[in-house]
Amino acid sequence: MAELKLTDVAKAYGPVKVLSDINLEIERGELIVFVGPSGCGKSTLLRMIAGLEKISGGELQIDGQVVNNVPPAQRGIAMVFQSYALYPHMTVRENMSFALKISGKSKDEISQAVNRAAKILQLEPYLDRLPKALSGGQRQRVAIGRSIVRDPKVYLFDEPLSNLDAALRVATRIEIAQLKEQMPDSTMIYVTHDQVEAMTLASRIVVLAGGGIAQVGTPLELYERPENTFVAQFIGSPQMNLLAGKVVGTGAQTRIALPEGQGTILSNVPTRDSDMGAEVEVGIRPEDMIQTGGPDYAYSGVVEIKEALGEVTLLYFKKQQPEHDPVIAKLPGIHTGVRGRTLKMTADPAKVHLFRNGQSLLYRT
Amino acid sequence: MGPLMQGVLTILIGVFGCVGYFYFSNLVLDRLIFPARNDDAGRNINRANAVRPWLFLAPALFALCLYLVYPVVGSFWRSMYDRSGDVFVGMQNYKNLSVDPEFRSAVFNNFLWVLIVPAMATFLGLVIAQLTDKLKWGGIAKSLIFMPMAISFVGASLIWKFVYSNDPNIGMLNAIRIFFGADSPIDPLQVPFWNNVFLMVILIWIQTGFAMVILSAALRGIPEETIEAAILDGANPFQIFFKIQVPQIMGTILVVWTTITILVLKVFDIVYTMTGGNFGTQILPSYMMEYMFRDDGRATAVALVIMVLVLPVMIWNIAQARKEMR
Repeated sequence: MAELKLTDVAKAYGPVKVLSDINLEIERGELIVFVGPSGCGKSTLLRMIAGLEKISGGELQIDGQVVNNVPPAQRGIAMVFQSYALYPHMTVRENMSFALKISGKSKDEISQAVNRAAKILQLEPYLDRLPKALSGGQRQRVAIGRSIVRDPKVYLFDEPLSNLDAALRVATRIEIAQLKEQMPDSTMIYVTHDQVEAMTLASRIVVLAGGGIAQVGTPLELYERPENTFVAQFIGSPQMNLLAGKVVGTGAQTRIALPEGQGTILSNVPTRDSDMGAEVEVGIRPEDMIQTGGPDYAYSGVVEIKEALGEVTLLYFKKQQPEHDPVIAKLPGIHTGVRGRTLKMTADPAKVHLFRNGQSLLYRT
Repeated sequence: MGPLMQGVLTILIGVFGCVGYFYFSNLVLDRLIFPARNDDAGRNINRANAVRPWLFLAPALFALCLYLVYPVVGSFWRSMYDRSGDVFVGMQNYKNLSVDPEFRSAVFNNFLWVLIVPAMATFLGLVIAQLTDKLKWGGIAKSLIFMPMAISFVGASLIWKFVYSNDPNIGMLNAIRIFFGADSPIDPLQVPFWNNVFLMVILIWIQTGFAMVILSAALRGIPEETIEAAILDGANPFQIFFKIQVPQIMGTILVVWTTITILVLKVFDIVYTMTGGNFGTQILPSYMMEYMFRDDGRATAVALVIMVLVLPVMIWNIAQARKEMR
């Protein structure tokens, strides 16, 4: 049975709809990441699950119980805030035992739970310190420890790494992943705008956009088989190139002609006879672009900017229409003397995505 | 020369005098006394830099000595002389104070004032700040409660003289008593002991607004997430207020508390206008006023007693405020 079930959940502030038609089932032991551009409502959704925001419509179930009107503390959830939200006047130990004290647990139980959590998080030397005497990463661990002692059904993380510097972020990300492995039965929901965090941590990712769910899937599903152009461009960096094209051959493989290329290219996305001649968007990730000398290619352009990163080289082609995003190619290794040259690019048919009206042709019914 | 011209001239002399002092004294220091020339250049620069802060501080130090240190020393000196200031009497004024029953009652009453007024004003200010924080009309409520701050103590006393009037047609307190069936009006200001409390109410009424404004700002400064975290931890509103919010603004509460305490030790207007210190309501500042101009020796002795009482609170207050600023 699903640990957490959202049915038609919606949120509106007066007439302004922030979220609508959110349907999602989360199984026990999953680490779900909500990801999306800022303002997409991902934090709001998390706060609704926590009970800090009222649910305007639909139903939220935790462990089979409808909790729409259950106070936050009784939902069996614990939350880690972006700013950690540690109580500044309490020591680490007091911070971690506060919830248990409130719920009237015995002293022995409290100290046992706190010591256990402190051990997991390697916080034992700091138990009698105040939060201000801790580093950012340690504070983050205390915030997590405060959740662990309550032994909740669901852990909620609201952008927990955004206040840390880059190096610490990577280290803490790995710590969270290890923590999840130590607690295989606990369910976690993690909000972030950082797609690397999403890709590395998640068992499934929920991409939120425009007040709804754009796609739910494992990280590689989202990368390899995006449902729509939004997910296609949101996951992966630099974002996927979208080129206008026309279907000229249908079947198990599709043949497409591109006005900025020459000849035709193939895609492994199957199409029907009725698609013949349809206008489509051809999606090719920068890292899937291959330089070609052959007669058939998807794109040809002048390299305007080159970014050499050593391991890869990013090529930005000159825009042919000013309102378009520039086409980008990410070539492995070092390439010298390409700036200003005209290059012809193509891609492996398995890596060519096809979209029509923003929706992938893979998922048509 | 008209008064307007005099004013303008004073301002001009004051402003340019200041600028001129800093500019020219600096010039003299660098060019004449320790010139950065020849063999001694390096040493002279260091010397000049050591002297410069004192040079620039000198006017302020002078003013401080003239208007603060000298009066304290002068008062102490004056308190060793008799009423006319001719005969040196040593500690006699202080001895007289210590055996005067009115002075003792003033000390006792003042002790009550210091105990009750800051505590009540801070407590009420804190509660009101919290209660009005989320209300739509909280702003209006706050302005009304803050308004007494703008009234002078004498004005406030006059208002409360009406409230305490022993005519039930004027005095609200007696009107309420009569309404609940009391047969004759009383004069609240003559009820032994409680009249002290009635006078304290006036200062509490004035100071609550001050406490409220400062504490309201402090409450707003508490990160919202800590309160949300406490909600998730299962704390009820009382627990959130007393265990999460109040401890986080403890520093500010202490500063407000001590600031009002210092004020209490200085206020004489309320007692002076309401009872004149009669009916057992005397406090130190009004006791001092009673003797001022009649027996300056004794009045200055009281002033010094008050100063000694205020001093530790003051030092603690400043220390707290500094901690807050960090």
